[in-house]
Amino acid sequence: MNSKLTRRRFIKGVIFSGAAATTGTGVYLVASAQAGQAAAERLITLNINGRDRPVDVLPSETLAHTLRYKLDLTGTKIGCNRGECGACTVLINGVPNYACSVLTHNVKGKSVVSIEGVKSMDGTLHSIQQAFVDVNAPQCGFCTPGQIMSAVALLNNNPRPSREETRQALSGNLCRCGAYEHYINGVMRASGQIA
Amino acid sequence: MSTHIGVDFTPPDIAGKVTGEIKYAEDYKREGMVFARLLTSPLPAGRVVNIDASEALRMDGVVGVFTADDLPPVPPPGNPALASEYVTYVGQPILAVAAITEEIAESAIDKIRVDFERRDFVVDPIESLTPGGSNAYPEGNVLVRTREEGPEGAPIVGAEIKDIKWPQSAIDAIKTGKEPVGGEFTTEWAFGDVDAGFADAAAIIEEPFVTIGYPHHSLEARTGMAYWENGKCYFHGSSQSQSANNAGLARMLNIDLADLVFINEATGGGFGSKIGPYPFMAITGNFSKVLNRPVQLRITREQEFYIGSARSGMQGWIKIGVKENGKVSAVDLVIVNDGGATGGGSGNSSAQHVTVAYQPESMRYRGISVYTNTTPRGAQRGPGQNEMAAVLAPMTDKVARAIDMDRVAFRRTNVLDSDGFQGGSQGPVTSAFVREALDQGMRTFGWQDKIAQPKDMGNNKVRGVGVGIGYHGAGGRGYDGLLRIGTDGRLYIHSGVGNLGTYSYAGTCRAAAEALQVPWDKCDILHGRSDRHLPHSSGQGGSNTIFTHTRTNWVAAQDAITKLKEIAATDLGGSADDYEIGDERVFLSSNPSQGITYAQAAQRAIELGGKYSGQEYPDDINPLTQLAVQGIAGSGLVGVAKDNIPGQGQPPGVLVGFMEIEMDKDTGKYEILDYTAIADCGTVVHPTNFNNAMRGGAVWGVGLAGLERHVYDPQNGLPANTGLYQSKPPTNMDVPIDTQMGAVNIPDPQNPTGGRGIGEPTQGASAAALASAISDALDGHTFNTAPTTTDMIINHLAGNTYSTKSLKTNTF
Repeated sequence: MNSKLTRRRFIKGVIFSGAAATTGTGVYLVASAQAGQAAAERLITLNINGRDRPVDVLPSETLAHTLRYKLDLTGTKIGCNRGECGACTVLINGVPNYACSVLTHNVKGKSVVSIEGVKSMDGTLHSIQQAFVDVNAPQCGFCTPGQIMSAVALLNNNPRPSREETRQALSGNLCRCGAYEHYINGVMRASGQIA
Repeated sequence: MSTHIGVDFTPPDIAGKVTGEIKYAEDYKREGMVFARLLTSPLPAGRVVNIDASEALRMDGVVGVFTADDLPPVPPPGNPALASEYVTYVGQPILAVAAITEEIAESAIDKIRVDFERRDFVVDPIESLTPGGSNAYPEGNVLVRTREEGPEGAPIVGAEIKDIKWPQSAIDAIKTGKEPVGGEFTTEWAFGDVDAGFADAAAIIEEPFVTIGYPHHSLEARTGMAYWENGKCYFHGSSQSQSANNAGLARMLNIDLADLVFINEATGGGFGSKIGPYPFMAITGNFSKVLNRPVQLRITREQEFYIGSARSGMQGWIKIGVKENGKVSAVDLVIVNDGGATGGGSGNSSAQHVTVAYQPESMRYRGISVYTNTTPRGAQRGPGQNEMAAVLAPMTDKVARAIDMDRVAFRRTNVLDSDGFQGGSQGPVTSAFVREALDQGMRTFGWQDKIAQPKDMGNNKVRGVGVGIGYHGAGGRGYDGLLRIGTDGRLYIHSGVGNLGTYSYAGTCRAAAEALQVPWDKCDILHGRSDRHLPHSSGQGGSNTIFTHTRTNWVAAQDAITKLKEIAATDLGGSADDYEIGDERVFLSSNPSQGITYAQAAQRAIELGGKYSGQEYPDDINPLTQLAVQGIAGSGLVGVAKDNIPGQGQPPGVLVGFMEIEMDKDTGKYEILDYTAIADCGTVVHPTNFNNAMRGGAVWGVGLAGLERHVYDPQNGLPANTGLYQSKPPTNMDVPIDTQMGAVNIPDPQNPTGGRGIGEPTQGASAAALASAISDALDGHTFNTAPTTTDMIINHLAGNTYSTKSLKTNTF
C-alpha cells in the first residue's frame, strides 16, 4: 500500500486488511494473546470478592479495566476514566477507591470488593442494596454500583450516620440523574433510621 | 378503585441495578470481538485533505480503518457520523480504527496522519451575524426553509444554508440589551394586537437575556456493539428509547426492519441526547459488517462531550406589558439561538414557555438560529422551555413588583388553565390545573410566612425566596399497544418503551394490568430487545411516555377484553355484551359461575386462530408492530391496537417550584434551604418514581440556573471544559437533600388512566425558582443569565459589571 493514499484507494486497502485480519483469528482471548503488547503482561494473583483470581496485567492497566475486561466483572462502571465521577468505586481493604485511578499491580496482596461481592453467597441482597430497591433509589442505574460501594464503606464504619454524614460520604459519586436524595434515603433505611 | 395506577410497585430491573448484573451496551462481549476507537478533529472548522493510515495498518492487531467514504454522504448541515468535506467542530469524529485490543486501537490512532485544510470559524452567534463575521459553514450560517412551486402546484419544501448578516445597528442594539431593529429572522409569529397591548399596559419592562448551552454528560458515554449473523444485525446500543430506534437504525445499516435486532436492556442516562438512533451508531454497525466481526465502539468521556449533544444557548430581548389588574397584555420576544455545528435552536419552544406562563393577550416572536463551530446541539430536558423559565422568572418578579402584586398571585393570574393555549398557534391543551398547583405549593412551602421573614440572616448572609414555573408538552398519540394472554394465564405485555431510568417502560404497562384486572405478580414485561417482539413506540423524550403508552397499553387491553368476551360467547352462548371480566376470568354477567379463565380463553384463542391469536391484525398498526404480532402469533390471546382514542390538544406537563436560599454576600455562594415542588401531571401513575423524577429534575435545575455552561475560547475555537469536573453538573453537595414533592393529582380527561408526563418541567421549575430566589436575595436585581454563577453574583455585589455588561453565549 502506498504511504500516501487518496481516501477512496485507502478504503479499499482497509477492506482488504479487515478481511485478511478476520482470517485466522479466533475468539477474543486468543486474539488478545496475539497482541504485540501481550508480552508486557505479568501474571499476578488478585484477591477479588474473597477469591484469588490469577490474571495477566499490563503495567499501566487500571483496576477498572482489569475488573471489567479481564475478569468480566462488568458491574464496575467506567463513567469518566479520570477520577471525576465515582461510577467505578470499589473497596480496597475496606476503603472506597476509584478503580479507574488505581493501577492493578498496586492492589496485589490487598482485598478488593466490587459490586459483585456485596450480596451474600446465597444471593441475599446486602441491606444497602435492599434499601435502595425499597426506596427506588436508582434511576438509570449507571452510578448505582459506585454509590453502593461508598454506602457500604460508610455503614461499616458508622452504622447510624446522619443525613449530612451520608451526603459527605457519597459526595464522590456523581449521579447525573440527580437521585441523590433517594440514595441518602436508602442509607437511612438501611441503617434503620427510616421505615 | 384502582389497583395498579397510583400504587407503588418494584420495577423488575431495579434488582439488577443494585447488584451490577444489569447489562449496558458496553458490558456485552462476543467471540472474535474487536475494539474500535475514534480519531477526532483538532480543528473547529476545515476539511479533510488526506488520510495516511499506512503505519497504523501495519501494526500487529489492527484490523481496519473506517472513514466517511464508507458511509453515504451527508450534506451540510447534517450531522455525519464521520466528517470529511465539512469538519465543523473540535472533537468531530473523522475515522475509526479497529484492533484486537483497545490499547492497540488507541496506539494506532496516534500513528495516523490526517491533513486538514483550515477554514474560518466562529463560536458566538452574534459575532456570526455581524457584518464581516465568520460563518460556521462555507455556505453560510443559518438554515433557511425554502418552499417552491412543484408539479401540479404541489409545494416542494426544503432547506438551505444561507449567509445572513444583520446591520451593525442591530448588532449594537442586541449587544447593549436593546431591540435589534432591522435584524433578519427565520421564524416569526404573532397573535393579538401587540401595539395595543403595550398601549394598555400599566407597566412595561424591557430586558436582554442570555442562556448558555451545556452538554448532557450522560454518565454512560455512548457505546455500541454490533455483530451480524445470517444477514441480521444484532446491535447493542445505548439509547433512551427502544422501538423508536429500529426504523432509523435499519436505514443507517441499509437493511430491512426485520433484519435488525436492537438490544438495549438499560441505558446510563440520555436526557434528550439518546432519543433515537444517533449518527455514531452507523459506524459501529457498518464497520462490523465490513470487518465481518463483532465490533465494540466505546468512546471516552471527552468524546461524549463532543458528540453527546448539548443544549442550545440563546441571546435575546423581551418586552413585557402588564395591565393594572396583573394581566399580561403584550409580549415582544426576540431570540438568537446558538445551533452549534449541526443542531437547531429551541427558540420557538422558549416562546412557547412564555405563552404558558403568561397566556398573554397579544404576543410577537422573532427568532433565528445561527450555526457556530461548537458541539452539535439537540434536545436536552425541556429544550427551550427550561432555560427560558430560568431567565423569565426574575423578570416576572420584576413586572409583578412594578404593579405591586405578590409574585405568586401574579403567576396565578396569568398562567395556563384548561381553557388556555400553548404556543404561537394558540393550540389547546387537554387539561391544566396550575393554579391548583400554585395554591398547594404556597401552603406546603409556607410562602406567606417565608416572604414575611427578615431578609438579613446575620453574618452578611441574606435570604432569598423564589417561585418558578416549568412546562413541557407531555404526551403523544397514535402509537401501538401489544400484549398476550398465555395459556398459563399470565399477562405478557410487550413494551417498545426504552429503559432510560424513569421506569416508565414498567409504569405504562400497569395500564394493561389495570384494564384486564390482572395481579402484578402475574404480569411479565417483555422489553429491551426487539426480538422479543416489541411494538412501535414513541421515543422516550419530551416527557411523553406516561401519557402516550398508558394509552397504548390500555387500548391493547381493551382489544384483549373484546376478544375474551367474544370467545366466551362463542363457547358459552349469548353475545359478547353479556360478559364481563374479573378475577382473571371472563364470565356471564347474569351468572358469574358461567365463564372461563384467562388461561382457557388463551387456549381457545390459539384454536380459533385469526385475530384471536395474532394471525390477523388491524390494518392501521405500524410495520414494526406487524412484525411483532407475527412473531407471537399462535402463542395465546393477542391484544393489539393503535391508540385511536379520540381527543385533541396537547397534554401539558406543568410544575411549580418554591425555593428559599441563604446567600453569603462575602462569597456570592448560596445554600438552598428549602425546595418544594408541586406537579400538574394528571394522575400520578407510580408515586415513588414520581418523587424520583421530581427530585432528579430539581437537581438539573440547580445546574441550569447556577452551574453548567459551555466555555469556548473565541480565539482558537477550543472548548475549555470537556470534563465533568470543569463542566460542573451538580453533586449532592450542591443540592438540597430534604425536599418536598407533591402533585395536584387531578386526572387528565384524555387518558383512561388520567396520567400526563412530568420529566422535563421538573428542571424548569427548579431553575426558575432558584433564579427567582437569587434575584430576591439581591433586592430584585436581574442578572438575566442562565447560569448565574457565583462569580457573577460576587461581581455584582462588588459593583463590578464585568459578568453581565456584555452578555454572550459560549464564552465568559
